[in-house]
Amino acid sequence: MSQLHTVNKSPLERNTLESAIAHAIKGNALLMIEDGVYGAMQGTHKSAIVSNAMSDISFYVMGPDLKARGIDEKRIIDGIKIVDYSDFVALVAEHDVTQSWL
Amino acid sequence: MKFSVMISEGPYTHQASDTAYHFTKAALEDGHECFRIFFYHDGVNNGTRLASPPQDDRNIVNRWSELAKEYKLDLVLCIAAAQRRGIADADEAKRNGKNADNIAPGFRISGLGQLIEAGIQSDRLVTFGD
Repeated sequence: MSQLHTVNKSPLERNTLESAIAHAIKGNALLMIEDGVYGAMQGTHKSAIVSNAMSDISFYVMGPDLKARGIDEKRIIDGIKIVDYSDFVALVAEHDVTQSWL
Repeated sequence: MKFSVMISEGPYTHQASDTAYHFTKAALEDGHECFRIFFYHDGVNNGTRLASPPQDDRNIVNRWSELAKEYKLDLVLCIAAAQRRGIADADEAKRNGKNADNIAPGFRISGLGQLIEAGIQSDRLVTFGD
């Protein structure tokens, strides 16, 4: 069953990104939204968690939330796709279930 | 595709109300259907018409009411959560001996069964919260 995970808090604040990655299985997708977009940044001490999971999980990050926080797209880990709300809807539609890690 | 949304965070708290709104609006604009939006826990605070945010800020409550009017959305506030937080329609105000109601246009108050039904009737149920 294909599953989309959403994470809305920074990995430096909560462990929801780590939990989501730990529970996700090969072929799942993970979308970072709201403060969750900090998890997509290069060079933090949590970046490796995402980089190491990239072979199994497709990562996405919400573009408008990056912009709201002044995070330049150049500072995003290579391989994470930047999406908008319409893409978010499409991701939910593409996957059988959406798990919001709150 | 048929979507439903559950919101468990109040307006102006963090960002869940905003994300839920933009998600719902994008889904509707992309031609999807929205079966129901269920407001649970502090999320019921999205449904008070007494909210008066500053004019240069977004009006989260009115935004829901307007979206509901445009797309005939079913905005449901959980009754137990609403009672605890002082959100009432005319019937609830009367039943609880209150002298006023404050529910915003386009919202209605009902039970948790409405969330379960939304989960069964919709292709996708997406939760926004804190």
